[in-house]
Amino acid sequence: MKFSTRRLTAGTAVALVATLSLAACGSSNNSSSDAGDNGSKGGSSSGTTITFIPKNLGNPYFDASDKDGGKVAVDEFKGVYQEVAPDTATPDGQVSFINTAAQQGVKALVISADDPKAPCSAIKQAMSAGTKVVTFDSDTSADCRDLYINQATPEGIAKTEVDQIAQQIGDSGEIAILSAAANATNQNAWIELMKKDLAADHPNIKLVDTVYGNDDDQTSFDKTAALLSDHPNLKGIISPTTVGIAAAARYLDTSSSKGKVALTGLGTPNQMRKYVKDGTVTSFALWNPSDLGYLAAYAAKALVDGTIKGDEGDKFTAGKLGDFTVGADGVVLLGDPTVFTKDNIDKFNF
Amino acid sequence: MTSATVTASAPAGRTYRAYSHSWWRRTLLTREVAIIALLVLVFGWASANVANFKSPLTVYFLSLDNAEIMLIALPMALVIITGEIDLSVASVVGLSSVMVGILHQDAGFSIPLAGLIAILVGIIAGALNGFLIAYVGLPSLAVTIGTMAAYRGLAVGLLGTTAKTDFPVKWTDLSTQHIGSTRFPLIVIPIVVLVAVFVWLLHFSTFGRGVFEIGLNDEAAHFSGVNVARTKFILFVLTAAISAFAGIYITLRSGNARGDNATGDELKVIAAVLLGGVSIFGGRGALHGVIAGVLLIGVIQSAMRLQNETVNVINIVIGALLVLSVMSTSILTWLSKQRARRAGLGTLRRRQAVATSNPER
Repeated sequence: MKFSTRRLTAGTAVALVATLSLAACGSSNNSSSDAGDNGSKGGSSSGTTITFIPKNLGNPYFDASDKDGGKVAVDEFKGVYQEVAPDTATPDGQVSFINTAAQQGVKALVISADDPKAPCSAIKQAMSAGTKVVTFDSDTSADCRDLYINQATPEGIAKTEVDQIAQQIGDSGEIAILSAAANATNQNAWIELMKKDLAADHPNIKLVDTVYGNDDDQTSFDKTAALLSDHPNLKGIISPTTVGIAAAARYLDTSSSKGKVALTGLGTPNQMRKYVKDGTVTSFALWNPSDLGYLAAYAAKALVDGTIKGDEGDKFTAGKLGDFTVGADGVVLLGDPTVFTKDNIDKFNF
Repeated sequence: MTSATVTASAPAGRTYRAYSHSWWRRTLLTREVAIIALLVLVFGWASANVANFKSPLTVYFLSLDNAEIMLIALPMALVIITGEIDLSVASVVGLSSVMVGILHQDAGFSIPLAGLIAILVGIIAGALNGFLIAYVGLPSLAVTIGTMAAYRGLAVGLLGTTAKTDFPVKWTDLSTQHIGSTRFPLIVIPIVVLVAVFVWLLHFSTFGRGVFEIGLNDEAAHFSGVNVARTKFILFVLTAAISAFAGIYITLRSGNARGDNATGDELKVIAAVLLGGVSIFGGRGALHGVIAGVLLIGVIQSAMRLQNETVNVINIVIGALLVLSVMSTSILTWLSKQRARRAGLGTLRRRQAVATSNPER
């Protein structure tokens, strides 16, 4: 009796260890079938391995830039595409993924940095092992990447916004700006440039007010309502923030000003699709994240192939997007933002 | 046969039965050894099957990436063994990181001095936790949920959304340097020292016996001469001080002092401690299990990342493993109860058998 119970305990303990280890291995097993592939992926036998590390997973913006942009480009030049990232965007969350890429010996990393500095030492380690590093969307310090793919310049954004509103209101009348926070660096830079552009090229357009919705949906909604009642002659609103433009569109959609007050700014197609289709909004702009990822992949490929070194003046070709030149500090500019209207909005999903 | 005689003659007591096991069974058939065995299995499996896992870089990155978890897990194990919990550790890490950044760059202090003050701030933070829990008698879960938010708020509030990033290269390099020509980074040295200190403290000192007693029954501990409040107070101070040290390490390693550094790490630490066989109800646990728990999670993460698994799949596996390992305790307890019951019957039968075969006695 005693003996058998002993055996029972021993057996249970062994079974337990086995179950636990099977649980661990089992779940890794679903990928062990491509473990062999991984071996060759790391090597150079089957093209260039390019690993995308967005800020976090499950973010539609990065799905558009990586899967609809980067992957397309990598497939075009017959490389191997990978995407890994932490589940939340924390400053040092990308570090272990960069380390892993260095271990795997991937040829190039394309990173949207969660923090300009935190991933730097990991990136430098990868670079010293021969990995080429391209940042896009959010840059790191210039010394820990080879190239930065910049989505748009402030001048380009300001000009696109002003041109759109001018076109929609017939180049004269009162307009207002619904911005994010009063101290938001990006937005303030754009607003300053818009003011200059208006003064220089559109003397008949009068900027009557700038209000701040703090990138909060309800605040932006209320500020839009206040703008319309404070300025009965208002003909247009520019909202250079994705939260603001969506809230403003929602307000206009249900108000009597629908179709009378123009709205434009920076927004994402998924947020704005409804309002563009029902005529509340004629057009708005944003850089195309898919093009951004596509360009980043080609830039990485050019670095790996040795076509370019990342020095100012280096030229490379990025598939359907054409030729690009590396600017100062290793920055490559994507170009002007894409303007979304009801004719093209269904081509985008982000 | 001797053991059977002993059992038969002894009154049916659980404690006695536990010690009637031979020494190797008491040593080997434990949760801790199961986790160590699993660690060895997974490490061996990954070395054989996962491309690039065998490279010396794996151990190096494993040490660098899990250093803060390992450091904080040591005092956390003791806190949990007393039946308490400390959820504020990651916030203390963030606070310490911000302190180092501000003191070094705004106040112009050297890194060692800034680090020392950061640890002092950590001690104060831990003392507040400890005071409220040990002397005021508030539940640690509630207190540390509160201080978790408060310390994080303080850290983020001090720096806002900005970061301090200009640290001397000498110090940032130090955090990632190898020990001589080995594959281990320098941070392994303080880890080994602290492991030695904590193993002594928990398993070989009177203080440690008090820790276990408090976890089993704090009133009984009190009446047997353990200073319950002081023990708890010391543990919370120790935990926060080591968290502050981890904060300095993270700051130098990432060259980056930010209020949101290490967000969510408290749960990683607690997960590793529980996986390592420490009971969340207190009273049981051992540091070799905790160390294996930290390493096991690190090795699984590392191997799965090398397999290009997404972070969600990795999290699911770690989560499942944790649930299974906690469940295994319940299953083992149930089994040993069954065993005790049957053994009890066995004893009875044996007694009857003895009685019937020797009627003259």
